[in-house]
Amino acid sequence: MVKKSYILVCGGSACEASKADAIYESFKKVLEDEGLKNDVQVVKTGCFGFCEKGPIVKILPEEEFYVEVKPEDADEIVHETIIKGRPVQRLLYKDKDLKVDPKADKFDMSKIGFYQKQFRIVLRNCGFIDPENIDEYIARDGYQALEKAITQLGPDGIINEVKTSGLRGRGGAGFPTWIKWNTTKGVSAPQKYVVCNADEGDPGAYMDRSTLEGDPHSVLEAMTIAGYCVGASKGIIYIRAEYPLAIKRLEVAMAQSREYGLLGDDILGTGFNFDIEIRLGAGAFVCGEETALLRSIEGNRGMPTPKPPFPAVEGLWHCPTVINNVETYANIPVIVLKGGEWFKSIGTEKSPGTKVFALTGKINNSGLVEVPMGTTLREIIYDIGGGIRNGKAFKAVQTGGPSGGVITTENLDTGIDFDALARIGSMMGSGGMIVMSEEDCIVDVVKFYMTFCVDESCGKCSPCRIGTRKLLDYLTKISNGNGTMEDLDKMTEIGMAMKKAALCGLGQTAANPVLSTMRYFKDEYIQHVQDKKCVAGKCINLIRYEIDPSKCIGCTLCSKRCPAGAITGEKKMAHKIDQAKCVKCGECYKGCKFGAISKI
Amino acid sequence: MAKMTLEALRALREGKKAEIDRRETDGKDVHIIIGMGTCGIAAGAKQVLEAFINEIDAKKIENVTVKQTGCMGLCYVEPTVEVKVPGMPDTIYGKVDADVAKKILKDHVVGKKLVSDHIFDRPSTDILK
Repeated sequence: MVKKSYILVCGGSACEASKADAIYESFKKVLEDEGLKNDVQVVKTGCFGFCEKGPIVKILPEEEFYVEVKPEDADEIVHETIIKGRPVQRLLYKDKDLKVDPKADKFDMSKIGFYQKQFRIVLRNCGFIDPENIDEYIARDGYQALEKAITQLGPDGIINEVKTSGLRGRGGAGFPTWIKWNTTKGVSAPQKYVVCNADEGDPGAYMDRSTLEGDPHSVLEAMTIAGYCVGASKGIIYIRAEYPLAIKRLEVAMAQSREYGLLGDDILGTGFNFDIEIRLGAGAFVCGEETALLRSIEGNRGMPTPKPPFPAVEGLWHCPTVINNVETYANIPVIVLKGGEWFKSIGTEKSPGTKVFALTGKINNSGLVEVPMGTTLREIIYDIGGGIRNGKAFKAVQTGGPSGGVITTENLDTGIDFDALARIGSMMGSGGMIVMSEEDCIVDVVKFYMTFCVDESCGKCSPCRIGTRKLLDYLTKISNGNGTMEDLDKMTEIGMAMKKAALCGLGQTAANPVLSTMRYFKDEYIQHVQDKKCVAGKCINLIRYEIDPSKCIGCTLCSKRCPAGAITGEKKMAHKIDQAKCVKCGECYKGCKFGAISKI
Repeated sequence: MAKMTLEALRALREGKKAEIDRRETDGKDVHIIIGMGTCGIAAGAKQVLEAFINEIDAKKIENVTVKQTGCMGLCYVEPTVEVKVPGMPDTIYGKVDADVAKKILKDHVVGKKLVSDHIFDRPSTDILK
């Protein structure tokens, strides 16, 4: 028998703490008393992500969304909403910006601010359609933008829409997309190319991979539109070989498009020819830089070349080339279809539209989130991400990968867009967002990024090749407890020099993690240098483990866990750690059931 | 299929739209859609897919289609599965394993009851509505 209604009670750990269990039981009891238990099902759900206002109760199919519900509210909700079909006004989520007629019978879910925090343009089809079935893409307005572009807009019309939309490159730098297209369009050449940069290399970033895996046709359609707009007949997707599933889905999608005549000669009977091929990259970070990427496609070593000439004028094989990132392309069909004005109405004035972030690190709800530009970090971390894992304190967010910087508590309420992030010393980057809690050590994190940059520097220019190496040496010295205050000044100096002198974006930005953390976490560096202390306990040369003899009962568990044989002691007698042998792995600390081992 | 003209593309789109609205293919009105992005697969989506197919065969449930899709964005609760049953709200389940898959078929698809503790919310409203 199909139930008439469903009561969903949030069972996430935050709501659990605020009595979700009692609410669940209380609903069951009220329904039982009213003889409704066969018509209404009470369900415990996973986190709704709105923990700040928890516990949350949602009623389906009415879609009423109640916040801060108490066990004693169950009675009123059942009688009003379930039996009489009226919302319980006092429990409804109230948004101060909500422009809804309070007398309206039907509450429009999409107008609730919480559900508007995520707004999916790029990810519109991800998790909706079967990516290996072109028909499902077509059913969701797929290839309608291509149709409109060719039959109604024409090349100038497309440029106009993209210009009106204000779309900026989502690969990180935020360069206006229409300028690239218009430049290539304006150059006359026998051969032009459209290239898609799918060489996603920032640690912790995976939005392009997920877009290609979940909705490959959106990128193919956008590249075809770009090809038509600038007069190119060839498209190339440069994707890293580490993304086998995305490559497979792209290949399937391309085969289906060719079969339907949406790629190839005489597309849709309009006489326009365009085809796309895939080039695999070997996973070098520098190949995400556009000139290095083009050299790699040409079969040369992936190293950047100076600009100008810009790729839009002289790119692949010296032909004019439009090169955009996956996420930029995924926006194009929607812009063409719904118009530049519509797109411009979302996000901020200087950075319209949305941005997809890969939310990872010490966060409860890690995942892909797409939010309008201008959304604050607080909303992303606490409302969408569900807060910091294990109730720890927020420390910082690293954005922009190894080229970016940190955002700290003081900027939690800054609306995120290209310019705001640059102002506070970080950058948008491709959208990786790594959340750090009080358990993370800044020196340790920056050391990780610098190790990455040392590995990935192509070595062509010395500021980058030598600069990253020197910075890593200083960071290692500091985390070993041998740093001096002069080292800190030297690091800033080297960083500034790299910014000015390095050849490409990689080198110019590689020092950003150092410079940005020096700005916000100088105290922590000084603590490492002067006090030889790592508060987070990550720099192993600055910490030691000790056993409190008054708490140790001699259970021998720690000595069994110790891989170095550094812990000795008789059964039922207090144990001792030999500091010379200790490798500081922390196994004893994690294993002790009596809290007798402390990290100093 | 031969190359499409504009008219053919429009006709196909309308036809498929109607089909997605009805959500029916060959009389199969229950849809189980499994998130098979890299994140889902790494978390065990392939085993979940197998579990669904085996159980549907074993229990001879005939009105169900099993499909795949990309990442829904809820990477913290992968593998994710969306279940659409006529007359019931569309539901997204997270942290699904083979046992939960069996439970979903037994309770949700056959018994028409939602499965507690595994329900999650779609991250946002659909702009294409």
